[in-house]
Amino acid sequence: MSSSTANEESGLGAVEYIQHHLHNNSIGDGGFWVLNLDTLFYSWLLAGVLMYIAWKMGKTMTADTPSGGQNVLEAIVEFVQQQIKDIFPRSNPLIGPLALTIFMWVFLMNAMDLIPVDLLPSLGQLVGIHYMKVVPTTDLSTTFALALSVFALIIFYNIKIKGPIGYLKMFLFHPFGKYLIPVNIIMTAIEEIAKPVSLGLRLFGNMFAGELIFLLIALLGGASLFGLLPQIALGTAWAIFHILVITLQAFIFMLLTIVYLGMAHQDMEEH
Amino acid sequence: MSITATLIGQIITFAILVWFIGKYLWGPMTQMMDDRKKRIADGLAAAERGIHEQELAEQKAAQHIKEAKEQAAEILAQAQKCAAEIIEEAKIDAKAEGERLITTANAEIEQEVNRAKESLRAQVVDITVAAAGKIIKKEIDAKAHGDLLKDVVGQL
Repeated sequence: MSSSTANEESGLGAVEYIQHHLHNNSIGDGGFWVLNLDTLFYSWLLAGVLMYIAWKMGKTMTADTPSGGQNVLEAIVEFVQQQIKDIFPRSNPLIGPLALTIFMWVFLMNAMDLIPVDLLPSLGQLVGIHYMKVVPTTDLSTTFALALSVFALIIFYNIKIKGPIGYLKMFLFHPFGKYLIPVNIIMTAIEEIAKPVSLGLRLFGNMFAGELIFLLIALLGGASLFGLLPQIALGTAWAIFHILVITLQAFIFMLLTIVYLGMAHQDMEEH
Repeated sequence: MSITATLIGQIITFAILVWFIGKYLWGPMTQMMDDRKKRIADGLAAAERGIHEQELAEQKAAQHIKEAKEQAAEILAQAQKCAAEIIEEAKIDAKAEGERLITTANAEIEQEVNRAKESLRAQVVDITVAAAGKIIKKEIDAKAHGDLLKDVVGQL
């Protein structure tokens, strides 16, 4: 009897715990016009860190005697450059900074996932902040901000390279030729809309699920003393695995951005 | 768990971040890396060129040394030949000079001998005349018999 009550209570506590952790600290009327302060704070903080690094490195870098930090950044820049060279059909001054920014910013925002789930929210509690989601990429607003920016660039470059008529033709005659125009329109529209949706949801889903699993692992230790050992083991394993996930998701987002923009830069082949 | 106005803030942040990173990191860094690549390529090419030039220079130097040696040998041979000629000439000259000197000396000796003979003759005549005069006392006139005596002396 008493054990079932404890289970119920701990079950309720677990749900509350998780919900509490997945609640953004926001202001607004509850509809669209809501600002998630925690998301904005952490993404701006990381953007600021990136800007500081970029500014400092851009100022102090030397061609002859690169320091350790410069070597790391050079490796990243060269890696991104190589990806662009392999995938991108033309030269474009925007694609390089865009890809590099996505890779580094998304990576840093994902990396917030590796900070123990309770650490920053608990510190927040101490200073009177009751809700805090520390990983900006577990907020759909962030992932879709990136995805929709890329989508806008896809449309922009499609029209710029192919011309408005060329872009229209792509909807009309792709992929089945001129005899199936209505099907073509639907197919191409789905194809195009799927790009930002998949970009945004993939990153969000991976990060949200990762965060959720961290929360569940954290609950193990909270439930009983016997859970402490599995919590440490699972938490370590998942964190190590998550290092791969956060890097991979940042890389995939960057790579797909390059691929999509590369497709926008291709001239229409005649059907 | 929905898309909110945070989206707009994030898009603006993203745009600013892309611009900033493009301006301060991507641009300068790719520029620097390209420059460095070019410099390395230039340096390697220069090194290659240097090695090639060195080889050429070594070949040239060897050629020069060979030519110089040949020239030196030639000059040496010529000098030896020249020296031999000079010595030969000097020998001939010396011989001629020696002969000339001998001839001159001989001639001078002859002259001296003749002069001595001459003076001897004259003295002999005088002595003879004086002796004869003493022997013959007044019998002989120096004037009258002088020619005779001279004749006698000339036969000496």
